[in-house]
Amino acid sequence: MEQALSDVKVLDLTHHIAGPYCTKLLADHGADVTKIERPGTGDPARRMGPFLGDDPHPDKSGVFLHLNTSKRGITLNLKTQTGKKLFMELLDGVDILVESFAPRVMPSFGLAYEELQKVHPRLVMTSISNFGQTGPCRDFKASELILYGMGGAMNETGTLDRYPLKKGGNVIQYQAGTIAAVATMLALFTSRLQGIGQHVDVSIFESQMGTIDRRMSHLLTYQYNGEITQRPNPLQEPAGFPVGVYPCKDGFFQIAGGFVFWPRICRMMDRMDLADDPGFCTPQGQREAENLERFSLIWYPWIADHTKLEIVTAGQAAGVLCGPISTSEDLVNEPHWQERGFWEEIDHPVAGRLTYPGRPFVMSETPWRASRPAPRLGEHNLEVYGGLDYSRDDLVRLREAGVI
Amino acid sequence: MVRLPLEGIRVVDITVIYAGPFATVNLADWGAEVIRVESIKHFQVLTRGGIARPPQEIVSNPTRTGGLATYCGRDVSFRPWNRWTLFNAHARNKLGCTMDLTQPRGKQLFKRLIAVSDVFLESNAPHVVENLGLTYDVLREVNPRLIMLSMPGFGSTGPNKYYRALGVHQEAFIGHTYLRGYPDSDPSTTTTLYHADEASGATAALAVLMALHYRNRTGKGQYIDLAQAEATMPHLGEAIMDYTMNRRVQGSRGNRMPGAAPCGCYRCQGEDRWINITITTDEEWEGLCRAMGNPPWCRQERFADSLSRDRNQDDLDRLIQEWTMQHNHYDLMPRLQKEGVPAGPVIFEDDAYTDPHLRERGFFQEVTHEECGTHLYPTFGFRMSETPNRIRRPPVRLGEHNEYVYKELLKVSDEEYHQLEREGHIGMDYAPEVP
Repeated sequence: MEQALSDVKVLDLTHHIAGPYCTKLLADHGADVTKIERPGTGDPARRMGPFLGDDPHPDKSGVFLHLNTSKRGITLNLKTQTGKKLFMELLDGVDILVESFAPRVMPSFGLAYEELQKVHPRLVMTSISNFGQTGPCRDFKASELILYGMGGAMNETGTLDRYPLKKGGNVIQYQAGTIAAVATMLALFTSRLQGIGQHVDVSIFESQMGTIDRRMSHLLTYQYNGEITQRPNPLQEPAGFPVGVYPCKDGFFQIAGGFVFWPRICRMMDRMDLADDPGFCTPQGQREAENLERFSLIWYPWIADHTKLEIVTAGQAAGVLCGPISTSEDLVNEPHWQERGFWEEIDHPVAGRLTYPGRPFVMSETPWRASRPAPRLGEHNLEVYGGLDYSRDDLVRLREAGVI
Repeated sequence: MVRLPLEGIRVVDITVIYAGPFATVNLADWGAEVIRVESIKHFQVLTRGGIARPPQEIVSNPTRTGGLATYCGRDVSFRPWNRWTLFNAHARNKLGCTMDLTQPRGKQLFKRLIAVSDVFLESNAPHVVENLGLTYDVLREVNPRLIMLSMPGFGSTGPNKYYRALGVHQEAFIGHTYLRGYPDSDPSTTTTLYHADEASGATAALAVLMALHYRNRTGKGQYIDLAQAEATMPHLGEAIMDYTMNRRVQGSRGNRMPGAAPCGCYRCQGEDRWINITITTDEEWEGLCRAMGNPPWCRQERFADSLSRDRNQDDLDRLIQEWTMQHNHYDLMPRLQKEGVPAGPVIFEDDAYTDPHLRERGFFQEVTHEECGTHLYPTFGFRMSETPNRIRRPPVRLGEHNEYVYKELLKVSDEEYHQLEREGHIGMDYAPEVP
């Protein structure tokens, strides 16, 4: 089946989250991706929970299974001379090499971009690291929390009376992987159309500082007006009601009300009799404490009596900007994503059949496809090294020597 | 001489607010000619401001500082729509023209522009292009090689496709809001959260690049239906897989991360300054003890191994913060990193502009905007060895390139150009009736 990247060959030296998400995006759209893992332990993400049935098996890590669809998996020890020799053979005919080691590592293997480029002048090599390939922080250690705090707008998330808050899960690293995929495709254009390879330097820190939403606006606000941005003060009343997150019968929901949308709020609650009440439908009225109190006497019983689904359905029908505070259970069971076909069932020889997040967008001519489940460690050694004319005997010897 | 990767590609851009414009700035930055098409008759809320002409006294209000929705110099005396920080943050390297797409003449001109372009991106609620009659089936007749991408919040199909949501509501819908927060309070206490904008913006840019790659090979264009929520949901893999595998619903862990103790955001010297520290190994723990000068409390049994540290995290956090509060958040980073401890400050905007790493990497660039003046702008999230890059155009002003687009691309005569000005298509100011 013809996919967008069916003519692209990728060698994947990444591990953990950012790198593998980058190569997953390419692989699921048809690129031929071979994932190289170290013999024995493999990608450290295999040791990341949550595990299927809480069984910490290297083929049952939910994150590893999700991040490594559509890739072949082989093992290779780049610290050995034979390993390096095999690597150079694998690199033949490859368009893109992606790696996410600390910046010293590839040069320490004798595989720096400058060396590889001599043999493969059109090669695109994407290096994903915490702080980039240069600079005073180059060799510093980091984590999701640290990179968000430095690169992202963490000064703005949380409330002013308490510590700043990170975002959920490992979203910063997924975002870095997405940015790396964009950068890689751009470099592929230069390679294919101008015959020139490049070293692409993706720094998770800069992918936050330079491509994030609020961050760039806040940086400009500081330049334009000398003002820094802080977390909201919880003691400060929001402008108008109802605005913010509220509890309801079965959880919480978020809503943008205020005097401008007051008639829509009324329609949502089927209380059009309140639509012209000047205490509610004017900015001055909404600033009065007694009107907030009157409103609360109507609002809280109503929301306590309705579920998130009921409130959001009624709200959206009335043109109110609102959303449920979904749990993962709510999300997976939501009919809209199911009807759109977002979820993907994938069979894995060890993990069995599971539901995964599917295509991030729908292309009319060149569909997304999870062509394989995540590979087992070294699953394709025979196929891939066999393709380089290594026999089964050779593979046994390589295994014994700790090369694969 | 190496050209930028997307040189020769023309993109028509009617994206709004943030996610869409972020997608197109990725294309503009790397060489595409991105033309924003805007209307001087209709003000799109939250793209170039809340309203076109905000009252000066509201903008001058000293009780509201910082943030993303401010005006350069807090001055709205002249063309405020060219001075709004949220817009200017993503408007560099782009061109701009104005056209009234609700008028038949505007639609006709728009189709002529599509005919000489490669890509069309829009991020409105689905009924917008439907009502304008500018859907893919119409536009592909005009340009069979066109790549069109729509990126509304919920997609172009499905029972909720007409749902409307701001960024915060999207985060709520996709389950992100539930996954973070203070561990001891409910979701109602903290609402600031944004990730779908950056995730869907970058993903949309990626989708366009993939479609261009396919077109280079086959000559075929296509339509891309991107739901901002769907582009973001894969980023929540951990929580989603825990549910699909184990029917377990994950909640917030605050700043804690699995396998790390101590792990958190610790207060430093001064007002509202912090440092993040995450320790996962015994070596890193030893490094922290050394950096702190080996205080006696470090040697307690209950902190001696990772499992014990995990169990006593609250006390550990309290003791570490007593130390960090005596130090500057920036100075602590190299001091801790020298001992092999993963640590980094929470960087505020003033910190960013003096950060030595960003300075050395040349991350900021001086840019002069005709109406806002000269400032240091953040540049790019990645770099490429053979195609060094810079901001080549300042944030685009409303209608700045009308002459170029109409006269050179659309071959409109001078008389027709004046006629279109009179009819309210062409201009650099919003029509007087726009508030």
